[in-house]
Amino acid sequence: MATPDNAALFQFLLRMGDNTLILGHRVSEWCGLAPVLEEDIALANTALDLIGQTQLWLGYAADVQGEGKTADDLAFLRDVWDFRNVLLVELPNGDFGQTIMRQFLFDAWASIMLARLQKSSDQTVREIAEKASKEVSYHVERSAGTVVGLGDGTEESHSRMQAALDYLFPYVGELFLSDEVDVAMIQAEIAPDPASLRAEYDALVAKIMAEATLTVPADAYVHKGGRSGALHTEHLGHLLAQMQWLQRAYPGCRW
Amino acid sequence: MGLPDVAEVWDWLSTIPDPEIPVISLVDLGIIRDVGWRGDTLVVTVTPTYSGCPATTVINLDIDAALRARGIKKLELKRQLSPAWTTGWLTETGRRKLEEFGIAPPQPAGGPSRCPRCHGENLERLSQFGSTPCKAQWRCRDCLEPFDYFKCI
Repeated sequence: MATPDNAALFQFLLRMGDNTLILGHRVSEWCGLAPVLEEDIALANTALDLIGQTQLWLGYAADVQGEGKTADDLAFLRDVWDFRNVLLVELPNGDFGQTIMRQFLFDAWASIMLARLQKSSDQTVREIAEKASKEVSYHVERSAGTVVGLGDGTEESHSRMQAALDYLFPYVGELFLSDEVDVAMIQAEIAPDPASLRAEYDALVAKIMAEATLTVPADAYVHKGGRSGALHTEHLGHLLAQMQWLQRAYPGCRW
Repeated sequence: MGLPDVAEVWDWLSTIPDPEIPVISLVDLGIIRDVGWRGDTLVVTVTPTYSGCPATTVINLDIDAALRARGIKKLELKRQLSPAWTTGWLTETGRRKLEEFGIAPPQPAGGPSRCPRCHGENLERLSQFGSTPCKAQWRCRDCLEPFDYFKCI
């Protein structure tokens, strides 16, 4: 069992690992379906990196939990209410533009968060952040470039990207919320105060959206409930039903 | 029977090809971080290239099989994340073999220095991502051939 001391660390690691797991699965849904071959390969590569990072985060979460479980156990044997990802990453892909917009909104946060986590007091967190940062720097470069290309593109692509930003932006705020888990992480100097990332994030998003000729919505409404596990969207259950299908149909199956 | 010398084990490892880019060895790739004995157990420390690279599992299997074929009985493969793998650890031999194979070796500037086929320098990037996590797709405007570039990380 996780002790009181590391129960918060376990939750924090689930939040990190579930974000990359669920987004990685969502992005992998494009495999073989993207509009052009290069984008298909790029999305599959991004998904692969995210799943790789998941193995590191959830692998460490399983160690901290101390019940002899593995990253696979945590990925495949939990149900909706146990997941701790933000709602942003479980939303359906929508069109290609919406997928790319979500990717940028996440990558921008991940690039800042991972830079901060490289100063964590926890050695394993530091090492995972160092490894993942290198991959995320490629992700954010590409997703930002594609947001600009499509936003400042044709009338059709511009309107789709603006619609994607309007739809997704209310889900961004959850990345910066905090609760008692975050307080424990801040006190132990394992992770930064989520809110302390906001100014840098807003500056990066503002810069890219200006280049993309897109308008960041002023309304600050925040959809929440994912990272606390209190209220996921209906979409997560459908995603898990597909992702966990094999383990649900054939419990304990391995190869 | 004495235990094989560490230098000899390095020689063995330098004959194991990378599963996805078989022209270079695991040692050329720079992912073998350490070889040493702990008692009578051989400990080989390996660092992953990209965290989700599917070749990682195959690489561990290949190391295991190759060393057991050399008579190693007790073997432990350790994963080391930090310092994170960098393309700066590719050996000079590895870089040369990559280019001969048609893959432009990584450059600190962030893009290939020349076309691996015609050595033309008029290049364009097609995509930051390629057929494996470690590569990007580029094209030579001189010979018009697309080629892989080993990304710098």
